Amino acid sequence: MTDFLTSIGYNHWILPVLLVLPLVGAAVVLLLAHARPDARDGEAADSEWSRSGAIRWATLIVFLLEFVLSVGLWWSYDPASPNWQAAVDWSWVPAWGARFTVGVDGISLFMVLLTTFIMPLAVLGGWTSIRDRLGAYYALLLVLTTGMLGVFVSLDLLLFYVMWEVMLIPMYFIIGMWGGERRLYASIKFFVYTMLGSLLMLVAILYLWNAAGGTSFAYTHVLHAASATGGAAALWLFGAFALAFAIKVPMFPLHTWLPDAHVEAPTAGSVILAGIMLKMGTYGFLRFAMPFFPGAALHPAIRTLMIVLAVIGIIYGALVAMVQPDFKKLVAYSSVSHLGFVMLGIFALTLQSVQGALMVMINHGISTGALFLLIGMIYERRHTRALDAYGGLARVMPMFAAFLTLVSLSSIGLPSTNGFIGEFLVLIGSFRTRPIAAALATTGVIFAAAYLLWAIQRILYQPLARPENRALRDLNARETTLLVALAVMIIWIGVAPGPILRRMEGSANRFVQLVQRGTPTGPMQASTEAR
Amino acid sequence: MLLDLARPGQLALALGPDIVLLVGAMVLLLIAVARPDSDEHQRAVGIGAIAVCVLTIAAILFYVGFGLEATPGMVAVDVFRWSADVIFLLGAILALAMSIDYERRQGIVLAESHVMVLLATSGMMLLGAARDLILVFLGIELMSVAVYVLSGLNRRSAAAAEAALKYFLLGAFSTGFLLYGIALVYGATGSTNLGAIGSWVARNGAMHSPMLLVGMGLLIVGFGFKVAAVPFHMYTPDVYEGAPTPYTAYMAAAVKAAAFAAFLRVWLEAFNNAGEAWHGALWGLALATMIVGNVVALAQRNIKRLLAYSSVAHAGYLLVAVVVGTTAGASAFVFYLLAYTLATMGAFAVVAAVAHTGERHIDLRDFDGLWRVRPWTAVAMAVFMLALLGFPIVGGMGFFAKWYILLAALRAPTPEVTLAVVVVLTSVVSAGYYLAVVMNMFMRSRPATAPEPGRVPRVTGVVIAVTAVLLLVFGIYPNPIARLVPSTTPATAAGPAPGTLAATARR
Repeated sequence: MTDFLTSIGYNHWILPVLLVLPLVGAAVVLLLAHARPDARDGEAADSEWSRSGAIRWATLIVFLLEFVLSVGLWWSYDPASPNWQAAVDWSWVPAWGARFTVGVDGISLFMVLLTTFIMPLAVLGGWTSIRDRLGAYYALLLVLTTGMLGVFVSLDLLLFYVMWEVMLIPMYFIIGMWGGERRLYASIKFFVYTMLGSLLMLVAILYLWNAAGGTSFAYTHVLHAASATGGAAALWLFGAFALAFAIKVPMFPLHTWLPDAHVEAPTAGSVILAGIMLKMGTYGFLRFAMPFFPGAALHPAIRTLMIVLAVIGIIYGALVAMVQPDFKKLVAYSSVSHLGFVMLGIFALTLQSVQGALMVMINHGISTGALFLLIGMIYERRHTRALDAYGGLARVMPMFAAFLTLVSLSSIGLPSTNGFIGEFLVLIGSFRTRPIAAALATTGVIFAAAYLLWAIQRILYQPLARPENRALRDLNARETTLLVALAVMIIWIGVAPGPILRRMEGSANRFVQLVQRGTPTGPMQASTEAR
Repeated sequence: MLLDLARPGQLALALGPDIVLLVGAMVLLLIAVARPDSDEHQRAVGIGAIAVCVLTIAAILFYVGFGLEATPGMVAVDVFRWSADVIFLLGAILALAMSIDYERRQGIVLAESHVMVLLATSGMMLLGAARDLILVFLGIELMSVAVYVLSGLNRRSAAAAEAALKYFLLGAFSTGFLLYGIALVYGATGSTNLGAIGSWVARNGAMHSPMLLVGMGLLIVGFGFKVAAVPFHMYTPDVYEGAPTPYTAYMAAAVKAAAFAAFLRVWLEAFNNAGEAWHGALWGLALATMIVGNVVALAQRNIKRLLAYSSVAHAGYLLVAVVVGTTAGASAFVFYLLAYTLATMGAFAVVAAVAHTGERHIDLRDFDGLWRVRPWTAVAMAVFMLALLGFPIVGGMGFFAKWYILLAALRAPTPEVTLAVVVVLTSVVSAGYYLAVVMNMFMRSRPATAPEPGRVPRVTGVVIAVTAVLLLVFGIYPNPIARLVPSTTPATAAGPAPGTLAATARR
């Protein structure tokens, strides 16, 4: 496989192609929709339906193509090499020293694969639920993908910032145009929270650019300048980066946009928000905030504060999830809890805890994405998300019940599912440096079992009391297909996480050393210079 | 080629593009009054006026290609002047194009109005070139008088009459301040030439001359009125709301840009060494303008008033570039002016297109569900709003403009971190009202009672398309502007040309 990929020059074109393909797809979708851009529901003329079908299929094909292309990274990635891989470095704005530089390491590799894996499933999940303004909807999803992939692969700070901001707009429109009743409120809250953080980060980026001589935004170049800053400036700069990322994670107490956005977004939007976009915050900590300012990040007060907030997030998210009457809101709050594990793992700063944090990022994307997809499926049938509107669904929808149980167990972290690997690694990794925090965080796993099992019980088991639930159809072929894909990942990562851990070990190790040593010497430095 | 401005022939050569514009305006004025008013005639003169602007731009490009320079004198011959001129002319072309449609729709057949735009633009070009306070005054008057007339063009509208009167009274008042300031500065330094004032200030310092300090204060007030800085902004919402939409756009973009260009040049060339005297005042002015402009805009429901306050807010961002007072500040300033002019012109063009016949109030709610009925117009408006918000890619070069201002603030000899942070925080506030427009267009449904908006008039449609496309293209590929702008003020060049903005700024 590796030989084949080398023979077609895979590493030289894969990242630009992954970034450009969705944009081409968006243009195609808009062209398909252009004949009459207002494809409204109800006008079930034949031509109307065939065009909707064409738009959906075109989008799905682009996303499947993205996935198939990106899977090659799995083989072409060389875990032994400390270099940026599949790197491309093109000129962009020479006057300001901004370049189009992209590449992956063991951290971003899995974020890219997670994105390309989730996107086709998100499209399949919302296949029939979105009925109006299809062209715009799918074009926005495609543009969003470029933005998200761009965030994960950018190695130029200006490019990173541009991508970071760009992905905000499609999601804003997706929530605001296809969301639930409180969509206007949710979308503007989402936008303003994110923008507040990211603009302060922009000031910090410019400050660093200036401190680094004002000639280059290249990651390694800025990294040197950043870790050379000390004292109060480093604290402020770390604060600016950390705020932008903490809002995105979201860390307690900056999480309040999340329940609104997740609940009001259409199914695909929720899946993408939870599955991919939340990871950008933690990715930002791993890639930028902590390596740039190890002094500030390891400052005892700041480190303790972050760990305390992470633990509060774990417990608070779980407790609030437990009392939610709305299934989607329950899952939304469970995200706050899961992402708390990631933050704990990152700030505990041992190899195991960081690898665990990376695993939780992947697993949360798969499991929570699957939960939102499942919620979308019953919402489409019953148009309610209230837990007590259901009950006894296991009898009428056995397939649905089986998948929901499996996914919930993986989200709880049952051994031999993916969820176990990540949270277990975080807990044993952080127990070495932060035993009390780890002990408190463990309760989060227990609470997770409580809220999810209780929710399953109320939806699936209990008597089939409501007449409107008796006639529910079980999953159709499309829904089964996409859930099978997710279930395979859940079991595969749960049983054999070795290949994944092996690929991320080198990068996780470098991250830990980089932050602990406090100066950017060693492999990270060699990596870009070898490019 | 080095021009000797002491010789009249060469001075005339230095003013070449200005002369092209003025001669064109005179000829068009004769043509305009030669035939009875009719819509066709109005249209023909309008197209002629656009042609004159294009010709002037061609002349400027020729001058730039020729690489002219000049000895210190009354007018500057530098890239800052040429790039500012091109921005004014671009604004004039867009305003003319909009007004051709507007006058047809409103049944106003005044061919001379287009000539007025040309005259105002020649005043602006004078402001861009002026290296003498007398010339600054001339330019301001030439520009302002023409704009007073334009704002009251719609004689049948009481609101327009009110706007014109208000603008005239306050404008005349502010010119008084400016003139008095010029007199005091002359009294203190013995010259009206910016270079001479600059060397006087460098020799003697500013703090020991109360007359100079008061003069500078009055100049700040005078310029503050023209650029609509808080607290001298009070007239803008009423005037912008009452004036015909194409001329509102012209006022918000070009008039403000010209006043700013003169402001910046006076400050960089004459008072650059008097920083301790004015820094605090301008700093406070920038801060207040950003905060008040953005916060008050949040409360607006009328789209023209909203854009008026937005233009106040943008004056605050531009003031940051003046406060920074470095070469980077001047570069950021030109880049910002271009982005701001395109976005503002485009936004007003959309307002003009959405408005129905008759100058009725255009509320934010009139944009509800616009996407359903006029998708491309709505998308273009979203681009303008996001550009004014300073958003990358989808907001086009708006992002790089704001980015450049931040960069200038942080690269100043003493970094203006506070101002940079305020720029950022007020930008977040501005999301509140710019997004309100986007939200209404895309996320609210079109009320059943809403009338079908009229067809977008052809020329206005072209204005919308051109501004949106230019914004987007420069937002992805800013190299042509980024390359041009640093050479405005060659901070890294071998040596600054004598008598340019750069030479003074670098001292």
